[in-house]
Amino acid sequence: MSFAKINDDILRTLRAPGPLWYGGVVVAISLALVGLYAFLYQARTGLGVAGYEHPILWGIYITDFVFWVGIAHSGTLISAVLFLFRARWRTAVARAAEAMTVFAVMTAGLFPIIHIGRPWFFYWLIPYPNERQLWVNFRSPLVWDVFAISTYLTVSAMFLYLGLMPDIAAARDRIKDWRQPIYKVLALGWRGTSRQWHHHAALYGFFAALATPLVISVHSVVSWDFAMAILPGWHSTIFAPYFVAGAIFSGIAMVITLLLPMRRAFKLESYITVHHFENLAKLMLTTSLIVGYAYLTEFFVAWYSGNVFEQGTFYDRMFGQYWGYSWMMFTCNVILPLLLFIKAFRTNLAALFVLSIFVNIGMWLERYVIIVSSLSHDFDPANWAGVYQPTWVEGAITVGSFGLFFTLFLLFIKNFPAVSITEMKESLEQPAGADPANS
Amino acid sequence: MAETTEILGIFDHGATAAAGARAVLDDGLGKVVAYSPVPDHALDQALHTKISPIRTVVLIGGILGCATGFLFPIYTVLDWPMITGGKPLISIPPFVVIAFELTILFAAVGGMASFLWLAGVPRMTGSGAPDERFTNDKTGISVTCRPADADAVRASLERHGAEEVKG
Repeated sequence: MSFAKINDDILRTLRAPGPLWYGGVVVAISLALVGLYAFLYQARTGLGVAGYEHPILWGIYITDFVFWVGIAHSGTLISAVLFLFRARWRTAVARAAEAMTVFAVMTAGLFPIIHIGRPWFFYWLIPYPNERQLWVNFRSPLVWDVFAISTYLTVSAMFLYLGLMPDIAAARDRIKDWRQPIYKVLALGWRGTSRQWHHHAALYGFFAALATPLVISVHSVVSWDFAMAILPGWHSTIFAPYFVAGAIFSGIAMVITLLLPMRRAFKLESYITVHHFENLAKLMLTTSLIVGYAYLTEFFVAWYSGNVFEQGTFYDRMFGQYWGYSWMMFTCNVILPLLLFIKAFRTNLAALFVLSIFVNIGMWLERYVIIVSSLSHDFDPANWAGVYQPTWVEGAITVGSFGLFFTLFLLFIKNFPAVSITEMKESLEQPAGADPANS
Repeated sequence: MAETTEILGIFDHGATAAAGARAVLDDGLGKVVAYSPVPDHALDQALHTKISPIRTVVLIGGILGCATGFLFPIYTVLDWPMITGGKPLISIPPFVVIAFELTILFAAVGGMASFLWLAGVPRMTGSGAPDERFTNDKTGISVTCRPADADAVRASLERHGAEEVKG
């Protein structure tokens, strides 16, 4: 392995794509368009086309919002927290995870807008001097969300771009097709001088240090959307750590889901190895255990509180009308991941891929269960009969969000180095050009 | 201004390039700019002894963000006093969330802006590095010197292992 070989191998992934990639993009864009159609239909007709029914006035859109924000978290964990801990295996997977973070936050940010009745007034959430002479309510968790999500998107996008800049310069100097002028602009004239590297390294360290508290804080703020309400099933102090662990758990599952096919399609087996996936699997197992512990704690607290409404909600969650979702969630998130204790399972990539899909499903269901089952079982027994029935519009918009996410991800990995060239070279710790086999 | 010439030495190893750069500087032969495909510790130590001032900008950004995060909500509740949820107008705990996020946001944006300034980017005119191999696998030492010293610089770079000297 040498600098030149790393450069060649990784930039090779930017060559003209094959039918598989085009097929993937066509499918992803089609799904995104289905979602766009459904959204326009809803915007024109009104929020009534979604399946909301009193008291269940938060449904799939908020589930999707929390799901996508959660997906974003592992990218920051891998790129920032593992950087600070000097976990060197992160190098191979960090870039793809960071890109995933940015695209997941972008997708997530759409859902509050889709969810509000008049989406064209979404900017009322931003505090700016206006002719109505009103300010936003800074005591509202929804305004905290605006600050948390926009900070997260800005910082993670800058973090991604900072790491990408030298790699875009490498692409600029190598790829000689129609994209070269674009790389030239995006590289911002990066020259790789020692002065640039000096400041680059300083800022990268600071970004890692600044992004680390964001890993903890953003999903905590999202959890407070729920925990600040007095609804049984939501009003709990464990929500912040419980959501953060769940976010990292689901995010790592999504990293595995995305990286396994990418590694195969780009033939990056010598860069992203089984060892990397095993480490991701270990992280997934750890967070799964935390999530499982949080599930059990919720039940214990409900029982121990002696509060009949709290107890009723949790009984209803497991044995009421949404029991199927709850048990499926428990199976996907707590029971199946226990297989990861077995080394042979952790190193079996096909099995890991299947498990990661189950975890994705399970974590989506977790948010659905938290939101819908709690809302449907509030303080008024007269409300308990209602069942939330999602409509095709909500389904189509959810499918569309996956389409949007995969479109962005596919476009990214074919046009930008999906593994960090710079960090891969650094990890060699060999003098440039020296081949360890010959030295 | 005195006439200058530019000599470019291309090295295989960052460490040897650093030694070459150091030698040129120690002999007072000219100004040195180094190019490398990765952050190189030896080059960094040879050429940059000062700590990057980015840390100061990040700190100032963080302090400004924290102050804004408290003062701005306080200003808005005083500008239009409206009690919600029976809480005091200036209720600090919820504003901590805003202050926390803005601390990070301002620190990061400040850091990024100072990095762009210090690294001299965006730089849209001209090409990138003087040799395309510098983003691939080679390290370069560019020396700006008086024409009279050019031979001494070439000799010094070659003595320290430059595999190619241009200019």
